[in-house]
Amino acid sequence: MSYLPKPKIHHPQLPKNTLGLTRRDYEGSLSTLCAGCGHDSVSAALIQACFELDLPPHRVGKLSGIGCSSKTPTYFLGPAHGFNSVHGRMPSIASGAAAANRDLVYIGVSGDGDTASIGLGQFIHAIRRGVNMLYLVENNGTYGLTKGQFSATADVGSKSKAGKANPYTPIDLVQLALQMGAGFVARSFSGDKEQLVPLLKAAIAYPGFAFIDVISPCVTFNNHEASTKSYSHIRRHDRPVMAADFVPLAQEITAAYAPGDRHTVTLHDGSMLHLKKLAEDYDPYDRIGAMNYLQRHQADGSVLTGLLYLDAEPTEMHAMLGTDAAALNSLPHASLCPGAAQLDAINAALR
Amino acid sequence: MKKTDISDLQHFHKVVDCQWACPAHTNVPEYIRLIAAGRYTDSYMLNWFSNVFPGVLGRTCDRPCEPACRRGRVEEKPVAICRLKRVAADFKDDISDRLPAIPSKKNGKRVALVGAGPASLAVARDLLPLGYEVVLYEKDQRGGGAMRTQIPAFRLPESVLDEEVDRILDFGVECHFGQPVQSMGWLLKQGFDAVFVGSGAPRGRDLDIPGRQEASANIHIGIDWLASVAFEHINTIGKRVVVIGGGNTAMDCCRTALRLGGEQVTVTVRSGFDEMKASPWEKEDAMHEGIPILDYHAPKSFQIDNGRLSGVWFEKMRAERDDKGRRRLVPTGEPLVLIPCDDVLMAIGQENAFPWIERDIGIEFDQWDMPKLDADTFQSTHPQVFFGGDAAFGPKNIIWAVAHGHAAAISMDLLCQGKDLHADRPAKGVTLVSQKMGMHDWSYGNDFAATQRLAVPHADKFKTLKNIKVEVELGFDAEMALKEAARCLNCDVQTVFTENLCIECDACVDICPEDCITFTTNGDEAELRTRLTAPATNLDQPLYVSDPVPTGRVMVKDEDLCLHCGFCAERCPTGAWDMQKSILTLPQAGGVCRV
Repeated sequence: MSYLPKPKIHHPQLPKNTLGLTRRDYEGSLSTLCAGCGHDSVSAALIQACFELDLPPHRVGKLSGIGCSSKTPTYFLGPAHGFNSVHGRMPSIASGAAAANRDLVYIGVSGDGDTASIGLGQFIHAIRRGVNMLYLVENNGTYGLTKGQFSATADVGSKSKAGKANPYTPIDLVQLALQMGAGFVARSFSGDKEQLVPLLKAAIAYPGFAFIDVISPCVTFNNHEASTKSYSHIRRHDRPVMAADFVPLAQEITAAYAPGDRHTVTLHDGSMLHLKKLAEDYDPYDRIGAMNYLQRHQADGSVLTGLLYLDAEPTEMHAMLGTDAAALNSLPHASLCPGAAQLDAINAALR
Repeated sequence: MKKTDISDLQHFHKVVDCQWACPAHTNVPEYIRLIAAGRYTDSYMLNWFSNVFPGVLGRTCDRPCEPACRRGRVEEKPVAICRLKRVAADFKDDISDRLPAIPSKKNGKRVALVGAGPASLAVARDLLPLGYEVVLYEKDQRGGGAMRTQIPAFRLPESVLDEEVDRILDFGVECHFGQPVQSMGWLLKQGFDAVFVGSGAPRGRDLDIPGRQEASANIHIGIDWLASVAFEHINTIGKRVVVIGGGNTAMDCCRTALRLGGEQVTVTVRSGFDEMKASPWEKEDAMHEGIPILDYHAPKSFQIDNGRLSGVWFEKMRAERDDKGRRRLVPTGEPLVLIPCDDVLMAIGQENAFPWIERDIGIEFDQWDMPKLDADTFQSTHPQVFFGGDAAFGPKNIIWAVAHGHAAAISMDLLCQGKDLHADRPAKGVTLVSQKMGMHDWSYGNDFAATQRLAVPHADKFKTLKNIKVEVELGFDAEMALKEAARCLNCDVQTVFTENLCIECDACVDICPEDCITFTTNGDEAELRTRLTAPATNLDQPLYVSDPVPTGRVMVKDEDLCLHCGFCAERCPTGAWDMQKSILTLPQAGGVCRV
């Protein structure tokens, strides 16, 4: 971290998006995380993704729980709405916000402690409900904020900075998300923005629950030789299964289409996802196949990254509940609360 | 691209754009930091060692540093470097105990200087501490050369000039004022070990158009006229004055005329306003005093009435491109314009004249009648004779003259010590020193100051126009100086990258306010420039390329818009980035030459 404010000045030729904003307009406060923290790279990738998507920053809701990861929403999209909730309770807050106002773009940022330990129940229920949001876990396998205890995602046998081996089996959030029925499941690495930025763009545009597990090394407590969540370990064991390229509705470039292993998925708003297979035997539309593939590669120590599963026709919370197409917070009181006569009528119908 | 060799001093020297642009390579960022620290005397001395005349140059320098200043690239205006130099001169304490000691026992070598201008004085300054006997011949009665004769006192007070000229003369120069050298042959016979010609470009150009002879009583050559004013031979001028020319001399002429009684003073230039040779601030100052500058006016003839000058006829011009795309001026065809006047000042350029150098004594001249010189050593084809300043390569400016003086002094010292002028020439050096003091603590002010460039306060126009000796610019006070100094981006504090420490966490890339840093696959320079985070379109600024990092990519930093804020180094968890002050060691006569 730095104690100086980042100067407002920027490169005079910095590109602008269709809103006339530069990438710098999507920044937040200066980070107070450790220098080199992967979370700061994730923030930078989010900044880039939102800039490239031409998202008006004030149309975004940022949600988080407790932990280093949950501090990060302060460090991107300063003008966006934000709610820093109780430990592990971000999914409930997100569900409530999404229920009340379906017009915002929701980005929930959590960590491995916040999601895989105290918030595990909340996490899987948010998936079940199909909240239309990007649920992003900045996963470093350690409790950085409390000085480096193992988290629930730390690999069995991996060592802490003090040299102790972890005796517990890890929770694989990607497997869990697949099992619970998430429609968009990806894993990436904070040190690979070329992969992460398009994944974030696709996840934000995805009309349902999108989950990205980002391995984001803790440079202070979990970036040593015996760590399986360090920069060097991930670089050595990263196996991308998929190269994803997101093309927003307004910018479709048909020339980018190439035959062969390329799949093109058109989302509901007309945006397109170009998927290019890197692993010959990988099918991103097969949930069970994806789970098996992940297990197989986990056994040999590989870390699979890329878009691991995609359901092009997700079921989302508002569709399940049959709510109004208008945001609930925009409806007049009379519509939300039709009065005692209406209630009596309903009650009478049930007698 | 190949890994940038940062041990090659050129790389980091070029990153310090102001110092790179300064002919004398004055260590600008360091002296600005000293001013910010209130260490005016230290700042003055740092200046004095490289540019010799900080007080003079702080007022009159042509400031090649300022267009080069990086601040002018990231926002609109560069740091007011020249005016900060003046602050050091204005606020310094007594420096007498800091001056080099002049040995009473001489080294037995004698050097002659022709002309007492900045080039010669720089030579004297460098050679006297080494024990040389220095004999100076000057046609005027006072030292300073063009600094005295061509720069009016309202821009450069006599006391400032005297102080800096006399400091050198007081080192023990044997002065022969009022004694122009009439013959190089004679001079060479006086038994000097080396002769330095720093006689400037003393001849003002004339314009032979109809009426020139008849009106000669009221037509004055600009530089001669300015000299006469400086020496108080002239103290009046007609009420209506036309100045012909668009350089700094023209600006000095018109402003001087205004102070000597001119009421309607007009400047005319043949080409466009934007192409005028005068520095922008000199044009601004003239116009601020109410002097119109008429461009595209080519003088055609002088109007004589009753045997006396009464005006100048001008033909109006316009610029056009010929078939080959070359720009040229052609008459518009409009009727000639008459500007009535009582006096004309001719400031259309100046040239060298060496009528006193015999053409058969071994000094060869080129087709433009300029001495043939070695560009590195300033030695003429006569091994003992050196040239510098305007006398060497034609009219430039004071700071170039000083730079020539330093280089020629090294040559003369080598010659007198029997060494080779090329092979034994001392090399420049560069030292890099980390500025890290603690976790987030640097030994320089790395916080970006958002202040805009401050304007120098001027004295009241009614006061300055009445008296030629009242200085127009007041200079910054200490508070303004501190504010302006804080605008300096400390370009000499370099961002130094050590690839084997890098873990590629991207922290430096993400935090850089100017997007200077990119990690990418290597390529050739032209292609690489197209792939960087920010457009690297300024080809004058180098790319800094590392060896491959663990993923095989390279770190590429575009040095163009770097703020030297140190965020990359503060964010780097492994110390792969460091902020290191580069100190350029420039040789002067003595030191290594004498080992």
